[in-house]
Amino acid sequence: MPAERSPIFHPSPKDLSLPHGRESFFAGLSGIVGKGVSGIRLWFANKTFSHGIHPGEHKTATHRSKIRRLGFAPRLFLPLAQHIGKPARPLVTPGQEVVRGEPIAAADGFVSAPIHAPATGVIEAIELMPSVRGPKTETIILKVYEADDQQVRYELPQDPNTMAPQAIIDAIRDSGMVGLGGAAFPTHVKLSVPEGHSIDTFVVNGCECEPYLTTDHRVMVEQTESMLDGIRFCLRATGAKQAVIGVEDNKPDAIIAIRKALREDDPISVEAVQTKYPQGAEKLLIKTLLGREVPSGGHSYDVGVCSNNVGTLSQIGTLLPRGQGLIERVITVDGPAVKKPGNYIVPLGTPIRFVLEQVGTVGKENEVIVGGPMMGNAVASLDVPITKGVSGLLVFNEEAIAEESRKRQPCIKCGLCVQACPMHLNPTQLGLLAAKRQYEEMEQRYHLNDCFECGCCTYVCPAAIPLVQYFRIAKAINREQKSKAA
Amino acid sequence: MADRAPQLELRSAPHLRPPYSVETIMRNVVYAILPITLFAVFQFGISALTLIVTVVLACLLTERFFNWTAERDNTLGDYSATITGLLLALTLPPGFPLWMGAVAGFIAIALGKVLFGGLGLNVFNPALVGRAFVQAAFPVAITTWTPSLLKDRFVEFIPTSLTAPFMAPSSLDAFCRDNAIDTCSGVTPLALHKFEGVLTDPSSLFTGMTSGSSGETSAVLILLCGLYLAYRRMMDWRIPVAIMVSAALTTWAIRLIGGDGYPDAWFMLFSGGLMLGAVFMATDMVGSPVTPMGVVIYGAIIGFVTVIIRLFGGLNEGVMYAILLGNALTPIIDAYTQPRVYGINKGKAGS
Repeated sequence: MPAERSPIFHPSPKDLSLPHGRESFFAGLSGIVGKGVSGIRLWFANKTFSHGIHPGEHKTATHRSKIRRLGFAPRLFLPLAQHIGKPARPLVTPGQEVVRGEPIAAADGFVSAPIHAPATGVIEAIELMPSVRGPKTETIILKVYEADDQQVRYELPQDPNTMAPQAIIDAIRDSGMVGLGGAAFPTHVKLSVPEGHSIDTFVVNGCECEPYLTTDHRVMVEQTESMLDGIRFCLRATGAKQAVIGVEDNKPDAIIAIRKALREDDPISVEAVQTKYPQGAEKLLIKTLLGREVPSGGHSYDVGVCSNNVGTLSQIGTLLPRGQGLIERVITVDGPAVKKPGNYIVPLGTPIRFVLEQVGTVGKENEVIVGGPMMGNAVASLDVPITKGVSGLLVFNEEAIAEESRKRQPCIKCGLCVQACPMHLNPTQLGLLAAKRQYEEMEQRYHLNDCFECGCCTYVCPAAIPLVQYFRIAKAINREQKSKAA
Repeated sequence: MADRAPQLELRSAPHLRPPYSVETIMRNVVYAILPITLFAVFQFGISALTLIVTVVLACLLTERFFNWTAERDNTLGDYSATITGLLLALTLPPGFPLWMGAVAGFIAIALGKVLFGGLGLNVFNPALVGRAFVQAAFPVAITTWTPSLLKDRFVEFIPTSLTAPFMAPSSLDAFCRDNAIDTCSGVTPLALHKFEGVLTDPSSLFTGMTSGSSGETSAVLILLCGLYLAYRRMMDWRIPVAIMVSAALTTWAIRLIGGDGYPDAWFMLFSGGLMLGAVFMATDMVGSPVTPMGVVIYGAIIGFVTVIIRLFGGLNEGVMYAILLGNALTPIIDAYTQPRVYGINKGKAGS
């Protein structure tokens, strides 16, 4: 009985009567007014990007809850593809015993990342298991030894401050680090700047613009030192002259904590940016902080920038000096159906079912979202594990879903989506073309591929037209057509 | 654990929904029009009230009828037919024969909306289509105005209101004599200016204590109602602003060149249907552009054309045709004012 084996500590009952999607029409404005004088000052002073939306923040249930550790599930499920790129290559065979922190799968190629054992135990099998994205993927199943004390015994201490840039990047690759903000893109690839480009500014993403999620917030407040260490290592690795940390102004405590922890000689600055979704999108953060626009189809290094999420950097700061691998991460567990919302350190591979048993749920959990509510995926099975790119786990029950479902209506060309699209696309036009299945026209004349699927257009649409969903389909079909043609 | 096998809903992101819908927007537009409607009833009495009720009913029944023939769901709940009816009624003279009002309502929905495929697909503002039709069909009735604030307005109909269907309205001369008024027909401030060269005092235009279509008279009330909608972000404030700025600039330029025989900008802005048209008709979401640059161009065209028609055309009022022209140009305006996408055509400046 796993629930008895690993009790978790809950200091205070949380407010459970969270309204869901009931925010005022101008939540952003009233939120600012509600913040009083300081809010108004922030409103005028802080940088932002044009367009975007103000969905309800829903962060109050967890933004002050300290990060707590969750116990080990009896079995951990470690998909070989936890990152963007080629799946890792398994190094273990069924029946083999592994020590916590030991590499169990190696990077297969440049754009790939190794995987480490999150617990001491024995490999039970390597087989197809359900994944976040839907289709079953090759997964290492690890049976955890219950009697073990679960110390990390697999390490190789090193001093990143004296290491060569390339050595740091290699060490980061060996730690299996990927973007923990949700993209799960291998970090060493991001830090490796192609020939002919140079990085002058390292952008640190502490926006956390997705509603509900507060992991980055807690990391900035509680793991400030290791995060700054991570930034220092990355400055060294990329050769950037300065680092800018962008934090949304709804996290003043994080800004204060970072400012306090900064050393005088650190070329690192903190900048408050307006609280607006999707401020945490890399392209928009770069534009906001530096005024540079990443060219369409290009990368951030085209404008001399490399960016990373605060959670990733905190892990780099902790793991790199010890030479350890990424075996756990912080996730926010929240939503109307969760009894004990909070931020938890979860061993990678923990099944969602186990997490939900630990935090408790009310009513029937009818929709479980991995990631944030704006860009996250609903999962089809509670056996899906927490992987490297999972920043949150949101559970909605029947009532919340009833509010969510709405009748489709015809487009009244209100233009709200045009005013919301942070990439300045024309979702109205794209939607009309999608309805007519003119997918190529969408790409060629209306820049479909610049859409990064933030979902602002679908969110603001009063007619409940699934715009971003159309665009995903259109992109997928275009990709298919191209691969057929090639 | 088998006892708790939940049925998980699968939906693709985003999983949050805003707390508003098409109905919310349309309902708020109705709220914003209601004060103007009440003021029209206050000014013109039961004639205006029955006219408004008749036109709205005609619109609703027409919409429901076509729902029924097309075997579609009832679309009255989206309030758009109500808005069409209210706006149409407010642009008609208060003594407009009721049966003609019903025709206008029918045409507005049938020709202006249903024919194109219903809400969202119409090219022109349905209310204005209805009005354009009756303007052509009943040119006398639609230019027969009665003074506002008559003493017996709450007990006595303006005689033309109760004209039998398919009959021409009777003359208002006797009615006017009874009420001790000298002139009766064609006395809106715009007509006064155009045909007799008399300028009405801007302050009475502003408050609406003058004659005109039911709901066009009080500029200040229309502006306040528009501000409410703009504040709720259910109306694109850039359109009325663009129309007013464009109309004012055009008038100012003409007066500068042509001399004092031309009216000043204040008169142009606050007379006739410009205010109602700019705030409630031109901003009809379906018929106006969606691009940021597009709405400004659209507004500028409407303001300019309105003034040109008023000063140089055969009609004394041009807002209706200017907006219909703007509606017609909307697809072209949209096509040529696509917003600049992030990261495109800025490669050099950015790096």
